[in-house]
Amino acid sequence: MENIISIEHIARIYQVGLEEVHALADVSLKINRNDYVAIMGPSGSGKSTLMNIIGCLDTPSRGIYLFEKENVSQMNDNQLAEIRNQKIGFVFQTFNLLPRSTALHNVELPLIYAGLPKSVRLERAYEALEKVGLADRVDHKPNELSGGQRQRVAIARALVTQPSIILADEPTGNLDSKTGNDIMALFEELHETGNTIILVTHEEEIAQHAQRIIRLRDGLIESNEIVKERTLVGNNE
Amino acid sequence: MNKKVSSLLFEIKEGLIISLRAIAANKGRSALTTLGIVIGIWAVVTMSTALKGIDIAFQNGVSSLGSDNLYIDKWAWFNPDTPWWELRNRRNISMDDYYRYKELAKLPIATAPSTFTRKTVKFRDNIVESMFITATTSDYIKTTNLDFSDGRFFTDMESKGGRNVIVLGSAIAEQLFPFGGAVGNYVDVGGRKMKVVGVLQKQGSWVMGDFNPDNQGYIPIEFLFKNFASRRKSITINVRAPNSQMVEAVKEEAIGVMRRVRGLTYNEKNDFSINQQEGILSQINKTVSVIQIGGFFITGLSLFVGAIGIMNIMFVSVKERTREIGIRKAIGAKKRTILGQFISEASIICLFGGLIGLVFAVITGMIINQWLPTSIQFDAVVLAILISLATGIISGFAPAYQASKLDPVDALRYE
Ligand SMILES: Nc1ncnc2c1ncn2[C@@H]1O[C@H](COP(=O)(O)OP(=O)(O)OP(=O)(O)O)[C@@H](O)[C@H]1O
Ligand SMILES: [Mg+2]
Repeated sequence: MENIISIEHIARIYQVGLEEVHALADVSLKINRNDYVAIMGPSGSGKSTLMNIIGCLDTPSRGIYLFEKENVSQMNDNQLAEIRNQKIGFVFQTFNLLPRSTALHNVELPLIYAGLPKSVRLERAYEALEKVGLADRVDHKPNELSGGQRQRVAIARALVTQPSIILADEPTGNLDSKTGNDIMALFEELHETGNTIILVTHEEEIAQHAQRIIRLRDGLIESNEIVKERTLVGNNE
Repeated sequence: MNKKVSSLLFEIKEGLIISLRAIAANKGRSALTTLGIVIGIWAVVTMSTALKGIDIAFQNGVSSLGSDNLYIDKWAWFNPDTPWWELRNRRNISMDDYYRYKELAKLPIATAPSTFTRKTVKFRDNIVESMFITATTSDYIKTTNLDFSDGRFFTDMESKGGRNVIVLGSAIAEQLFPFGGAVGNYVDVGGRKMKVVGVLQKQGSWVMGDFNPDNQGYIPIEFLFKNFASRRKSITINVRAPNSQMVEAVKEEAIGVMRRVRGLTYNEKNDFSINQQEGILSQINKTVSVIQIGGFFITGLSLFVGAIGIMNIMFVSVKERTREIGIRKAIGAKKRTILGQFISEASIICLFGGLIGLVFAVITGMIINQWLPTSIQFDAVVLAILISLATGIISGFAPAYQASKLDPVDALRYE
């Protein structure tokens, strides 16, 4: 299996006044292509901090982070922006769409930063919106869409650059369980078509969709286990 | 095309589109923000237009009277050095002085005595109250650039004989003879019948006021002495130099000749002044530059206030859109992309403001055009655009820099 992410003994330390907060104390893990990993743990255990580092939004205070064999810890802001743009697709709990732009423009945006010409951008943005089942909502703005639809737009935006990995930090946290299940079905489909997914969640049922669950506590990995009986939404229907 | 250049152009183009979207999303505020720039640009363009107009008007007015002229006078037009009472105590300049000067001065191409009076002029029911009258000789016309729309100036015979003939400025002729046909008719000038022999062409310059040929009448100086004024009245000697290079020489000669004519000994001061149009011009230029400095100060101030306003709004905008900036960074916007986006937003807002200001200035220019021979200057337009762009870039930089520096994690967490 091709290794995408290799993290060795990283820590993330925040200085709050005189006190040092070890959001991540010492974490090592590997993610391979087409893995589907859930990260769990109590609030404040460092899940989001780990996701931000994996997603190159943040850099570790110490330790080594290799993304597709490249040392991210030593990259400058521009190089990190390029990795985020081309290799990583983010899905957030609060969707984080541009509120005044249409679904189409939101999905198109990463491709603008990638420097693609308009015709290619539009074609790929349509395609991505189609994949998440929103072909008939391209001209809607976020406030004209339901929560589930907004999260689909966000997923389309994460997909559109054909990234190496999709990072979702509590993607169902703001959705009811029915809509949450729909989103999980979408992730499952993406996984089956070859995508690599890391998902942060509080809910055991959601985590059971993944192949592997990493449990964090106080900035340390508590366990890293294969899920024996995965919940597969597709099979249930 | 070079790949780097084309990708830079792409980035600029997409950046501008993103900025336009952001501005369109905040139309009301953008419009309010730009008010300072609108006023600033409107002021700077209108002022430069008006000043240009004043300048042209004065040039026109002065050149219609002859720009290579000297005026030998008891009074100094612009002379802060000699106290007024000293000027008052000078001997009057008499007709005899004029004749002797004319005889002795070799350089001028034309000379004429002149003096002024005011008389009410009537033709039937049409009246011009206290019209400004230049009383002079037939040579006067040669010292000016005046043209006739009808008739002629008075002749040497009429001049010497002090005949009751008059030449009217165009505005006067229009008032007395609204339907034309002035030449040949007799008008009543302060109770005397005078025959109109000529009407001048319109000069169209308001700046000279009473001195504007449009608003004057011209009569033989001998007629004035016979009917309206004492022969002892001080006159002005109008002297025309052959060309502008000769003006100084003519002036030097005039001083020498006049000292002789007035019988001054070597240790006596000149008891006459040699006046020049240039005096008027330099006086005007002084006034214009005072207006200019004041105007540019005000303009600069309003642009400065406008720029501060834009900067302020951009800071607010960056604060408000922190999350948007976080999102953009998370999906791959680089520092310089964000920097460029906010700078171009500020620049576009300013440019809009500048263009609106320009539109107002064009309208104001049309209104001014009714009094001043002027139109918007092309360089003022270019300047206005450059100023508004520069204001945008300068005032947008600090907020844009702040935006570009935001940490993506913090920005995404911002509520
Ligand atoms: N910018 C920061 N400054 C200081 N401390 C921080 C900062 N960001 C996170 N922390 C701390 O790091 C720890 C881990 O935070 P993190 O957001 O990763 O938790 P989490 O596991 O995602 O929790 P939740 O489930 O509530 O989202 C927390 O104790 C938090 O207070
Ligand atoms: Mg979290």
